[in-house]
Amino acid sequence: MTEHELKVKAKEEAPAKAEHVRPGRVFLPAVDIFETPEALVLTADMAGVPADKVTVDLKENHLVITGEVAPPMGAGETMLEQEYYTGDFQREFHLGSLIDQAKIEATMKEGVLRLILPKVEKVKPRKIEVKTA
Amino acid sequence: MPIIFREPHLDYLRQLEQLQSRMDRVFQNAFGLERSPWRVGVYPLVNISEDHDHIYVRAELAGVNPADLEITVQDNSLILRGERKIPTEEKQVNYHRRERESGFFRRVLALPARVQADKVEATCKDGILTIQLAKPEETKPRKIEVKVA
Repeated sequence: MTEHELKVKAKEEAPAKAEHVRPGRVFLPAVDIFETPEALVLTADMAGVPADKVTVDLKENHLVITGEVAPPMGAGETMLEQEYYTGDFQREFHLGSLIDQAKIEATMKEGVLRLILPKVEKVKPRKIEVKTA
Repeated sequence: MPIIFREPHLDYLRQLEQLQSRMDRVFQNAFGLERSPWRVGVYPLVNISEDHDHIYVRAELAGVNPADLEITVQDNSLILRGERKIPTEEKQVNYHRRERESGFFRRVLALPARVQADKVEATCKDGILTIQLAKPEETKPRKIEVKVA
């Protein structure tokens, strides 16, 4: 692989669908989503979000991930130069396949959320024998 | 095209960055504009703040292992170098979306004030890198009491 230099990508703000109760901006986290035969795996970059401030909400096949950021500065600090803005993260997805809600796994490490969404085992086709009376 | 930094070039880069931030401020004041989001910057973007004793440099580096980071302080420049790795999946998988990027980064920053190079602390928490740089004693604001004669 060739050496790849990282470029700055502006944080995209999430479109407001409802009024936010928490003040501040809401951003869309960058995500990777891939599918294996057994599960759907989602990774999202949410820098500054502690593990206990992540919410994963799944209703039918509508998935919402939310992360609340910790305060970006300590008390008594003044900003000298600001290049990026901080705010909560939120993103919604419509999932194609049915997910087994009870087996969802979520881990948070270094500001990256990894979500494993196992698919519901397909109902096996059943043969019904017709008995002759 | 990656730029390789050597010592003599450091100063130019610093001046360039200073000029850029000054220009930004002019535009901000004149038109009330925020930094336009399409403006090209250098990865990683940083926020610099200060309090009485320290200068803080913060960057959003989600998924960057602290072991892959290299921080150097030289005079009043701060050099940030590192790599963001995204582990590849062993199995053949089907990607629906690929927005996260991996790669190298390198940035030289001009610090707003002199710092004590031996009193620098860096911590990584939840994907945010915080570099705490101590201000030298002589530049700290000092309270002067007015004596009644």
